[in-house]
Amino acid sequence: MSTSRPRPIGLLTATLALLRKDLLIEWRTRARLNAIIFFALATLLMFSFALGPDTKLLEKNAGGYFWLAILFASVLALGESFRVESENACMDGIRLAPADARAIFLSKALGNTLLLTALGVLLVPVMVALYGVRIVTSVVDLGLILLLGSLALSAPGTVYAAISSNARARDVLLPLLLFPLVIPALLSAAKATTLVLQGDPMRQFDSWAGLLGGFNLIYWGVGFLLFPRIIED
Amino acid sequence: MGKFIKWGLPALALVVLAAGWWLGLVWAPPDREMGDVQRIMYVHVPLQWVAMVAMAINFVVAISYLMKASWKLDAAAEASAEIGLVLGTAGMITGAIWGRPTWGVYWSWDPRLTSQAIMLVTYTGYLVLRRFVEDPEKRATWSSVVAIIGAINLPIVWFSVRWWRSLHQVQSTPKTVDPEMTLALRVSAFGMLFLTIWFLVQRYRQALAERQAEVALPDALPSDLAAAGGANSSRVA
Repeated sequence: MSTSRPRPIGLLTATLALLRKDLLIEWRTRARLNAIIFFALATLLMFSFALGPDTKLLEKNAGGYFWLAILFASVLALGESFRVESENACMDGIRLAPADARAIFLSKALGNTLLLTALGVLLVPVMVALYGVRIVTSVVDLGLILLLGSLALSAPGTVYAAISSNARARDVLLPLLLFPLVIPALLSAAKATTLVLQGDPMRQFDSWAGLLGGFNLIYWGVGFLLFPRIIED
Repeated sequence: MGKFIKWGLPALALVVLAAGWWLGLVWAPPDREMGDVQRIMYVHVPLQWVAMVAMAINFVVAISYLMKASWKLDAAAEASAEIGLVLGTAGMITGAIWGRPTWGVYWSWDPRLTSQAIMLVTYTGYLVLRRFVEDPEKRATWSSVVAIIGAINLPIVWFSVRWWRSLHQVQSTPKTVDPEMTLALRVSAFGMLFLTIWFLVQRYRQALAERQAEVALPDALPSDLAAAGGANSSRVA
């Protein structure tokens, strides 16, 4: 009886389909990944030049510089993430498919998370070499913070990228909106990374990781709820 | 009512504010440790309070706009954010002026100061966004989303910064305050509140008139937007 009517696609299916599409586009050009890798590498290098060849200072602040490099690169990655949709009115096409707006949020935010995590994995050896640090506690802790930090930048970043990609002066707007917002995430990620690199005698790592986790819960939730309002038309 | 808001409210505000500042600057005793420097409190603290009131209004109005769109709510959001930003900035400057003779520095990375600085940057971004979006409907919706996300962030910032600093310093203990100081502070705060309400009403009217002009005359918008969203397609009441 109702066989002729197609069933609406579930949220998860739509998310995975969109994510697959974005990753495929990314893989075929690798434009975003290459751009942010070289940008982040240049940033890491610039910190050493800005501070002079004081290895002690670099070693002490490595966690902070590492996250600043990722944050600056994330602005590029996030800004680009909606550009593919704005060409040829692709966003309208996706909406008419019809894809749930929340699936668009989840797929874009997950795609950005993957991109930033990959960037972080590539940056760690460079940081170890350039700044003369070593991983004191464990690689697992560092990986956890990298994942949580990338998630924390991606959720609010995706919401704001969707807004700023349609506004004038979008390259100015995105960092202006994003930077004050991600301060708690940056602070806890940098702090936790420093603990991994310099030892954690007072067992503070868990509380900083917890703060990052809480930040993620709030902004993935808020983004999921509010994103449909941004792209409605 | 219109006449009261135009003339009565500012007059009332100025009288109460003058009374509060007279009480604070002349009548109340100087602080035992800080001396006359402390008297900036009668300006600084009311400014910070009313800035918080304006930001709270902005948050409530932003949520209301997403639930039920109206130009009035959008105009109120613009008015409250702008006035909150001005008052908060003035509050921060007066705080820095007080900080220099008291702490020896204009600025310290105290959780309260840091959080407020982040709050001011957040609302600057919010107002910049409003300037950069021409379509009034999109501007209203997007800025509501940004206002909500920004406001949710403030308690998290407060918490994280306090945690970050707590490894270095302890919070100062609350001081007991002379009852005469309390009275002067209260009167000043009410004066500032009346002044803020007057500012808000005036700025709200301006913003509402701007919105109505934008919707009534879509030709005044840049050409691509006027074609896409004219007055007839507007869904906002």
